[in-house]
Amino acid sequence: MDTERTYGEVATRARDSFQGVERLPGARKHDPILTADNIRREFGGIVAVNVDHFEVQKGSITALIGPNGAGKTTFFNLLTGFDQPNSGDWNFNGKAMNGVASHRTAALGMVRTFQLTKSLTKLSVIENMRLGATDQKGEKWWNGLFAAVWKGQEAEITERADELLARFKMDHMRDEYAGSLSGGQRKLLEMARALMTNPTLVMLDEPMAGVNPALKQSLNQHIRGLRDDGMTVLFVEHDMDMVHDVSDWVIVMAEGRIIAEGTPDDISSNPAVIDAYLGTRQGQSLLEGE
Amino acid sequence: MDWNLIFENTLKGFIGINAVYFAIAALGLNVQFGYTGLLNFGQAGFMACGAYGLGMTAHYFDISFWWGIPIGIVFSVLLGLLMGIPTLRLRADYLAIVTIASAEIIRLVVRSVKFKTYFGGSDGINGFSDSFRSLGNDFGIEEADEYGFWPFKFTGRELWTLIIGWLLVALFGFVVYKLMKSPWGRVLKAIREDEDAVKSLGKNVYSYKMQSLILGGVIGTVSGMIFALDRGSVQPDNYSRDLTFYILTALVLGGVAKVSGSIVGSMMFWGLFTFMDNFLRQVAKDPVSIGNFTIMKSTQVGQLNFILIGITLILLMVFRPQGVFGNRKEMAFDGH
Repeated sequence: MDTERTYGEVATRARDSFQGVERLPGARKHDPILTADNIRREFGGIVAVNVDHFEVQKGSITALIGPNGAGKTTFFNLLTGFDQPNSGDWNFNGKAMNGVASHRTAALGMVRTFQLTKSLTKLSVIENMRLGATDQKGEKWWNGLFAAVWKGQEAEITERADELLARFKMDHMRDEYAGSLSGGQRKLLEMARALMTNPTLVMLDEPMAGVNPALKQSLNQHIRGLRDDGMTVLFVEHDMDMVHDVSDWVIVMAEGRIIAEGTPDDISSNPAVIDAYLGTRQGQSLLEGE
Repeated sequence: MDWNLIFENTLKGFIGINAVYFAIAALGLNVQFGYTGLLNFGQAGFMACGAYGLGMTAHYFDISFWWGIPIGIVFSVLLGLLMGIPTLRLRADYLAIVTIASAEIIRLVVRSVKFKTYFGGSDGINGFSDSFRSLGNDFGIEEADEYGFWPFKFTGRELWTLIIGWLLVALFGFVVYKLMKSPWGRVLKAIREDEDAVKSLGKNVYSYKMQSLILGGVIGTVSGMIFALDRGSVQPDNYSRDLTFYILTALVLGGVAKVSGSIVGSMMFWGLFTFMDNFLRQVAKDPVSIGNFTIMKSTQVGQLNFILIGITLILLMVFRPQGVFGNRKEMAFDGH
């Protein structure tokens, strides 16, 4: 793995912000944007998520990794209001998020993407992008008929959408149906569309799944770009190379719990993580592996 | 075989009042089903709201006929809320079940003996449309006179309803077209594609679905009003399930999620229906017999007509699933 990479100013600052943070599950960060306590979600008898404490450092790229069935996506759903936990509290930017509906979280600046890409296939790429903008006057039914009310705002939105498409190198697909995009392009579109909401925290659920290696590199760059623009990124990923490449901090989940935290370098040498992924101590509980 | 008569009636079927109220109801259904993906199988219930709103002004409230319009709209908004509140948070199929059941409940309630004082029981309500007719006379269209030229000949009574009806089709066609071009319509279309994606972008999906259901329902209500005005009566059994499904058929025939599809689909449905009916009747008049076997009797025309319509639709679905005006390219992305 390429540990000799040079880091930009923002990246260095992001990495430095973790100085003095304990390399322990549930470690306290200096300036968390998202914190969660005692989050528990059960499906019947199975405890899918059981997180005691969780913090995401503002302005950093945090990776959430773990083997299949570790509860990463469920945890994502809980944090974004797409699912309700059996118990627990969490807050975003100092605001308690318990019982906040999923559509409200985006308005507060917390936007997510999905593991199975949700591009709106029968809408054109540019319409997909425009949809992302929040607080649109024309989205009120009583304004719908009166184009004069929303034409100006629509033009602004379109301009911003075009800029983002250009940045993601999707501008040549602008007027195509989103359904005609390839899997990787759909991932890009979904990410770009999420950015239309002007988020402060971007949560990406497996951004690399089904993306070809060439596109992975540029996706990596886009994710770093988000942080460099001042956003906080939390992403779920399986691809360890990618995690090592982009993330400033890594949180490892297994069996619904956080089992390790640290910088990418710490994590790749952490025995608990190696156990969780490779199962060197088969049959033993992962939680005893430390 | 009287081809002139067949031709005349078919043309009348194309632009007649049946096509009008189908077109309006289909526009409403298109908002719900075509654009938002809501499976409303109870459009007949919304139509009944409008018809009974008008009818009850004379039969129960004893107030001016014109009050019937807001009353009908209030009924349909209430019906939309009643259907939507429990089901719109759930998967699409639940709405389908609730809407089809609600429409049936409405029909059974209004035709019941118990509520005869309000809704007139199974006889329905008559004699509420005088104000509407006299307005036509005021505009110089005498009810009893004949207007037009062959093959477009209508009585003043028919013509007045037709004029108002087509104006309403144009109005609602325009409204739906404009709304669906707006950001509001974009949210509805996005909900049809994927609710969760829209939620994640900060839109209140539940509220939008409710707005769509109610808007489509109110348009359906207006269709029910035109239907009632044309007949001059409200009959509970006109608002049964088959009405909803014929309207859905007309919508699919024209092509969903297209304004022109709803209107032309309805015209084609009734044009085709009238043509088949007239043609088969002419055939039955002079039946071909082979020994004891008669190819067709006049009593079989109705059934055969529906069979043929059904076959036509099956063929359409196989060879042109997007309908007449639909977009083949859009169809290609289904199920992804």
